[in-house]
Amino acid sequence: MKLSLDEVRHVAALARLSLTAEEEERYRHQLSAILEAMEQLKAVSTENVEPTSHAIAVEGLLREDIVVPSMDPQKALANAPAKVGTSFAVPKIIE
Amino acid sequence: MTPEIIDLSMLELSAKLARREVSSVEATRDCLGRIERVDAKVRAFLRVDAKGALAAAEASDARRKANAPLSPLDGVPIALKDIFLTEGVETTAGSRILAGFIPPYDATVVALLKGAGLPIVGKANQDEFAMGSSTELSAFFPTHNPWDLTRAPGGSSGGSAAAVASREVFGALGTDTGGSIRQPAALTNTVGIKPTYGRVSRYGVIAFASSLDQVGPITRTVADAAALLQAIAVHDPRDSTSSTESVPDYLSGLEGGVAGMKLGVPREYFVPGMDPEVEQAVRSAAAELEKLGAKIIDVSLPHTRFALATYYLIAPAEASSNLARYDGVRYGFRALAAGGLREMYFQTRAAGFGPEVKRRIMLGTYALSAGYYDAYYLKAQKVRTLIRRDFLTAFEQVDAILSPTSPVTAFKLGEKLEDPLAMYLMDIFTLPCNLAGIPGMSVPCGFSKAGLPIGLQILGRHFDEARVLRIGRAFERDHDFAGRAPKL
Repeated sequence: MKLSLDEVRHVAALARLSLTAEEEERYRHQLSAILEAMEQLKAVSTENVEPTSHAIAVEGLLREDIVVPSMDPQKALANAPAKVGTSFAVPKIIE
Repeated sequence: MTPEIIDLSMLELSAKLARREVSSVEATRDCLGRIERVDAKVRAFLRVDAKGALAAAEASDARRKANAPLSPLDGVPIALKDIFLTEGVETTAGSRILAGFIPPYDATVVALLKGAGLPIVGKANQDEFAMGSSTELSAFFPTHNPWDLTRAPGGSSGGSAAAVASREVFGALGTDTGGSIRQPAALTNTVGIKPTYGRVSRYGVIAFASSLDQVGPITRTVADAAALLQAIAVHDPRDSTSSTESVPDYLSGLEGGVAGMKLGVPREYFVPGMDPEVEQAVRSAAAELEKLGAKIIDVSLPHTRFALATYYLIAPAEASSNLARYDGVRYGFRALAAGGLREMYFQTRAAGFGPEVKRRIMLGTYALSAGYYDAYYLKAQKVRTLIRRDFLTAFEQVDAILSPTSPVTAFKLGEKLEDPLAMYLMDIFTLPCNLAGIPGMSVPCGFSKAGLPIGLQILGRHFDEARVLRIGRAFERDHDFAGRAPKL
């Protein structure tokens, strides 16, 4: 399993990570080696095996639909890098 | 030399507090003094909250004076891994992207411990977002193993384990996604338990891999681990995976012994390349338990060798999704980028995350991406079913399973930093437990010739923590590992 530079760039773009040329090259090698080690899973027969997403089945945990107080907006905004009134502020999206 | 307060176990201190032979303020001052003396070497703490801890200790002493303690552990000072949200106290999960983040609320486990009267001395170092097995991947500094300062304490809860082992604090909470409580416990002569998935609330615990993460205690004795687990094993409506299964009294059956118990030793957990001293110590621990009346049975967990690959697809996949929230919008670091919102995301994440976190985000994103999902992520989830089934089959035959916690004793700082796969191998004996969702504990079971601690892992059936603790206690009773302190 050898990743191409294009594949590394595609995955980095999906993950919203900007990588330096040096990082791209390093991750290409390291991820290729890791994925190669993962190839051994192909040897396991999983025909008719259901996937496990959680090891403990939890059911019926929905709470009653009752309104409870939520956090005060100013408290929730206290860590915001930028805010306007009771909103998070972000760089301009459309001109 | 008279024993210092700090050498007491949590329950011994609790008894002295109840008899008012010592005060919580004295115990907390002892912790702070010890931190002052040794933490420049050990570096277990990212942050010490002396003021907050002493205020909590004073309040505890007032309650004890009025004969109205909030719980048996009222006044016993502890530390928290920096992955737990603490209202008003900076919480970073060992990452630059959260530097300066002041949580607006407490994690459920933090609220429970505060409600039980335990002063919180500080926030312990960890690998960034709990991704690592040595605490070297903290964005801030590595923690040193108190038994040999040139070595790693294990990880990711290495700060918590080192703080407890160094007697900087009486106990601590860590989290364990693939071994992050048990492996550092094994490497530092401490007790660490990862409860059944769902036993302890994850609300307010910074997420790494949500189907694997679990909170648990790191202490110097098994009884302390039982007492601290008791304080946090509470159903939480705020965590939809929190179990409603009833919680037994972990301390009441603790001294029950192992007579008549069937304990499995899985042949797959003794592999070429493991430290022979570790194998020797674990086998002799099993022999001791046999002398105490347990029946030792050879068992097989045939899919064990696939656990590493399974884990390193599932955990990074979940992490890549969980860590999408660090985008510079609502909290944490934001890069000032020209070029608008999209560029801000890319630059924020590039500057905020460390190399291992980026590597795992990349790996997870790849495993979840179109065209690879079935071959990697779905395949891993199916193999996870087989790994879980291995344990359920073994538990039809035995009551619990014994194994080494870590294949080696504490390794040198820097030794495994250049090779991610070599670091991942540190967790081969601890990962399957998380995949299966069963409880697992590491208890001290010896020292190597070089004086490095070795841990015995005890794995139990779902929600059978009481038995796991009882086995650990039966073994511990004939030793004095808790009495052995590192020279610092």
